Amino acid sequence: MNRSLIEVDEPSEQHASHHPNLQHHFGTFEQQFDASKIGMWLFLATEVLLFGGLFVGFALSQAAHPQAFVEAHHHLDKNLGALNTVVLLLSSFTMVMAVHAAATNQRKKLIVNLVITLACAAAFLVVKYFEYEHKIHDGLLPGQFYSHKGDTVPNQFIFFSFYFMMTGLHGLHIVGGMIAIGWVLRRALRGDFDAKYYAPVDLVGLYWHLVDLIWIYLFPLLYLIS
Amino acid sequence: MSDHTHVHGGPKLYALVLAALLVLTAITVAASRINFGSNMTNVIIAMLIASVKGSLVALFFMHLRWDKPMNAIIFCSSLFFLGLFLITCYTDVVSRPAVEPTNLKAPAPAPPSKT
Amino acid sequence: MANVLTAAPRPVQHHAPGENYLNTPKGIRSWLTTVDHKRIGIMYLWSVLAAFFLGGVLALLIRIELLTPKQTIMSAEAYNQVFTLHGAIMVFLFIIPSTPAALGNFVLPLMLGAKDVAFPRLNLCSLYIYWVGTLMAIGSILLGGIDTGWTFYTPYSTSTGGAVSLMTLSVFILGFSSIFTGVNFIATIHKLRAPGMGWFQLPLFVWSMYATAVIQVMATPVLGITVLLLFMERVLKIGIFDPALGGDPVLFQHFFWFYSHPAVYIMIVPGFAIISEIIPVFSKKTIFGYKAIAFSSVAIAVVGFLVWGHHMFVSGQSELAGAIFSFLTFLVAIPSAVKVFNWLATMYRGSISLKTPMLYAISFILLFSIGGLTGIYLGAISVDVHLHDTYFIVAHFHYVMMGGAVIAFLGGLHYWWPKMFGRMYNEKLGAIGCALVFIGFNVTFFTQFLLGTRGMPRRYYNYLDQFQPLHAFSTFGSWILGAGLFLTAAYLLATFRKPMDAPRNPWGGRTLEWETESPPIVHNFDFDPILTHGPYDFRPARTRPNEPVAHRS
Repeated sequence: MNRSLIEVDEPSEQHASHHPNLQHHFGTFEQQFDASKIGMWLFLATEVLLFGGLFVGFALSQAAHPQAFVEAHHHLDKNLGALNTVVLLLSSFTMVMAVHAAATNQRKKLIVNLVITLACAAAFLVVKYFEYEHKIHDGLLPGQFYSHKGDTVPNQFIFFSFYFMMTGLHGLHIVGGMIAIGWVLRRALRGDFDAKYYAPVDLVGLYWHLVDLIWIYLFPLLYLIS
Repeated sequence: MSDHTHVHGGPKLYALVLAALLVLTAITVAASRINFGSNMTNVIIAMLIASVKGSLVALFFMHLRWDKPMNAIIFCSSLFFLGLFLITCYTDVVSRPAVEPTNLKAPAPAPPSKT
Repeated sequence: MANVLTAAPRPVQHHAPGENYLNTPKGIRSWLTTVDHKRIGIMYLWSVLAAFFLGGVLALLIRIELLTPKQTIMSAEAYNQVFTLHGAIMVFLFIIPSTPAALGNFVLPLMLGAKDVAFPRLNLCSLYIYWVGTLMAIGSILLGGIDTGWTFYTPYSTSTGGAVSLMTLSVFILGFSSIFTGVNFIATIHKLRAPGMGWFQLPLFVWSMYATAVIQVMATPVLGITVLLLFMERVLKIGIFDPALGGDPVLFQHFFWFYSHPAVYIMIVPGFAIISEIIPVFSKKTIFGYKAIAFSSVAIAVVGFLVWGHHMFVSGQSELAGAIFSFLTFLVAIPSAVKVFNWLATMYRGSISLKTPMLYAISFILLFSIGGLTGIYLGAISVDVHLHDTYFIVAHFHYVMMGGAVIAFLGGLHYWWPKMFGRMYNEKLGAIGCALVFIGFNVTFFTQFLLGTRGMPRRYYNYLDQFQPLHAFSTFGSWILGAGLFLTAAYLLATFRKPMDAPRNPWGGRTLEWETESPPIVHNFDFDPILTHGPYDFRPARTRPNEPVAHRS
């Protein structure tokens, strides 16, 4: 192949003294950030389909046992559910404020908002704990462990199977999110982030918003449908 | 870091979105007290309100409003495939004929009415 | 479609002569903790080949058992376990990861001119998860086995003993391996292309891997939730799939096939990817209908999500659903046919070189056409009612999965072997191996079409005497097939006794992976690759236009 010599900009060479957070196979920060965002959105897509499968199962089980589901959902405390919804919406707000603070070089605000987000997540789990405790006390448990007495409508255990699976899987994602936020908080305290590099905050934020999004659908489906 | 030199969003906008989300939550709870007719209608209304809330979160908190379109395409694709799954399974379940037992000596009971 | 740059970047020496990704850095620890996509691809390669060997041995055992009605070498219970494992291992441990994770991981970044995939650590994570899932699957074999068939239909799978719970968990874990590979490829293809490589300058391998990755990302989570629900049904008795508890067993089939039908496209579309690369190179002719082939991959990925109910025509799903699925199934054949016609048109009046990769590619076209056409027969409900759960189905999916995906994988393995390992294999043995595989495959599986139409049910241990001659013939074919595969393994492994004498570009390919050494250096290229021609531009150098340098994206 005939090669003529022309000066070519070689970004990989010019970044010999590059930012420590720029990985070797990327040419620019923008490229790396865009790629990581695409990656996170793809992961979120898989979460949508994972939870979505549970939603589909719930919807079809409800179609097959309508009276059982209506009866069963009365055991859920709407007020606690609404409280949890508000708590998560608040945590989404503080999360996006944290990202904004990172992007505008406001380290203190970033840390404060991350801490509040964590606190809201913990509050959510505390409320959930009380809800679960109440269910366990009343024997409203999934599947073969259902031991609630005095049901006039049969098959209510199916509703509680889904209740525990969906809120349980969601709760696991809350815990995972708390770990991720905790990791980002630790890095923020260390001073890792600035307006040029705050991708981990942004990406963890995206995950957290999805956890909130899922609850936005879970709440009416489980607590409010009648 | 990203291709826009200024940062999108901002505390005022985010607070506005949060307020809207809280109002919509109140509406959801209130709407659940009203019976709109069939169970299906109640579900659809609740899901519509939830979708408005979800869109606010996705567009503003998750920055889809200002991002490159690929991210929104990815997200909407997942919703599309999920919708496909739900609608097709639902179509199958509701269009199956009622299963009548065939070995009864007495006449079969009336099939349960579908809500 | 030709490319637009004439720049020659300065070569930069980053490495000592003789250093390549295989020998640098040294030591097992460096392999197990690598983030080099080439090393990860090679480790995947050995893993999937081991799975293929295991699944293949199980297949030979199945065929030996079926030599005679009633017991030949194993009990009925053992037989159920053997065919279940054969299916589960071949699907989840071999075919699904094979081309994407083994060949794709190695070749894709090179084809794009990139230094690595977008998320190298995620890539390593994907490999670890694959190994963990594999160990769990093997554990379930040893701890009671499974006899449900690889499809795990309820209510049998929710009530039978054995290690179903452990196997479903291992499938759940394996799913993440597939998802992470898909995520990595999509991000890589979007963001790590060499300058000048727009979407329509991409090799068709990349287009197909993109389509495959979309399926991996969108479909696999539903498998995850399916096996999770199955696990919950077994352990907690939640009441979703088991009719005794008020559940719906057809719902399980909907959940299962929503993933598993797109999964077969995860298996075959990478095969299409490989054939689209081999045919132009060994016809010395540019691909016919580049855009048609590119878009057909995407079309297959999307439409493939719409047809899963064709596995359920006789399951009890509604007639309306069946009719819709049947219609959509006929649609999905169209893009596949487009590819076949375009490959043939590429070969027409080309300068055909019948080296081993091309022999496999031609075999693919023949065998996949048969497999695909028989799929059309099965798409017609009236026909499927008679052929469902017979050997016709078994023959159909072996023609597309083995005659298609595996043959393509073998073709790709032979095509990129010199690039991966720096050695050329014995061409004559390659041809003999391919011939044995082709003949053995047809003897084994064409016979099964006949068995199926004559009424032999699948998964049956015992059968009527009238089927025995055909069964015996099929088993005889399996020995020819096995011999061909063993021969192939032997001469490929024998190359490791030779020195690394392969040239950079033994086949005259025009995609970027052939611009670097065989085997490549750790950083893939010792210069920043910029396109100077299209991926299928086989015109002699003096007739190619010299166009001005394009702007960097």
